[in-house]
Amino acid sequence: MATNSHTEQPSGHKGAFPPFNPTTFASQLFWLVIAFVVLYVLMAKLAIPRIGSIIESRQKSIADDLAGAASLKAESDAAIAAYEKALAEARARAQAIANETRDKQAAAAEATRKRLEGELNAKLAEAEKTIAATKQAAMANVRGIAADATKAIVERLIGKAPADAAVDAAVADALKS
Amino acid sequence: MAVDPIHQFQIIDLFPVVKIGHTEIAFTNSAAYMAVAVLVIMLFLIGGTARRSLVPGRLQSAAELSYEFVANTIRSTAGTEGMRFFPFVFTLFMFILVVNLIGLIPYTFTVTTHIVITATLALSVFVTVLVYGFWKNGLHFFNLFVPKGIPVYILPLIVFIEVLSFISRPISHSVRLFANMLAGHITLKVFASFITLLGGLGIFGIAGATLPLALVVALTALELLVAFLQAYVFAILTCIYLNDAIHPGH
Repeated sequence: MATNSHTEQPSGHKGAFPPFNPTTFASQLFWLVIAFVVLYVLMAKLAIPRIGSIIESRQKSIADDLAGAASLKAESDAAIAAYEKALAEARARAQAIANETRDKQAAAAEATRKRLEGELNAKLAEAEKTIAATKQAAMANVRGIAADATKAIVERLIGKAPADAAVDAAVADALKS
Repeated sequence: MAVDPIHQFQIIDLFPVVKIGHTEIAFTNSAAYMAVAVLVIMLFLIGGTARRSLVPGRLQSAAELSYEFVANTIRSTAGTEGMRFFPFVFTLFMFILVVNLIGLIPYTFTVTTHIVITATLALSVFVTVLVYGFWKNGLHFFNLFVPKGIPVYILPLIVFIEVLSFISRPISHSVRLFANMLAGHITLKVFASFITLLGGLGIFGIAGATLPLALVVALTALELLVAFLQAYVFAILTCIYLNDAIHPGH
């Protein structure tokens, strides 16, 4: 039989090479069948459904999370699109208002400028007229002064006052040249 | 102290349990290690997932990883229809893996170093393939042995070879696991015994014993790989054989 004294002596057992000793086959077979069937039942009924459900629930929760993330992303994308649309609208409106204001102000400025220019031109013309009149008056005065001066100088030089007509002719001749 | 490298494979009766016919069935060290393996697997898979956390901890991650690893292996080799055998393949994989890994702990017993264990497991796969193949496909299951596009004059030879390879599957399936585990443990034991042999030879012996010690460390790492790889190979071959039962028409 397989039973023998469990000693570390090299000659502790004689007979067949243990793996080929047919007397132990029956008991090994018996216990293998029991162990394997018990293990199989425990695996099939307990371990495998358990691990399978854990993995499945993980995959489900991952899929759910991914779906949630996708829907949140879609929401945020929509919000971004709405925001950008509002922004573009506001920008366009601001542009229009700015353009309008600028045009209005440019027109007003142009009108003011034209009015001022007109006034200035009128003033200028008036001033020019005044200048011309003054100049004329002054020229007349200059002629008078020149004639008086000439008469006085000539009287001092020759001791006799010249004729008014001759003085006027001479002054006119000198002013002309 | 010379140690017999075969001693570790000894089946030891701990206490008798039942008597079937003339055969006494005792609770053995092998049975104890199988029970421990079942317990360890359940602790790992049920205990590890006790918190059912959405973000798994280390143990739960490992449990889920082993689940998905086997599930992906089945899907890639036998398609989604193969998932009906998921409990079977997962049980096979975990049982062989845990039994192999427990066996790597010094002074323990490795259940899979016995041909009767691996042969029973391989035969259970073989029978499952046969029963499911005929149940699902009826006589079309024989298409498995008749590859398409083969000239008629060599067809008998091909069919003969196919049948022969089909029948020899459980043998290669079981011997591969058995021989790998047996050879690995014998090698480990032999090199480990060199350490004690050389260590008893005085100062030079102790210096010389470092070489087999380093070898044993390296071999243990290799055996860890083999323990996983053989469980994986057994599971993936099971998937491939089951695929034949599900889709017999090549």
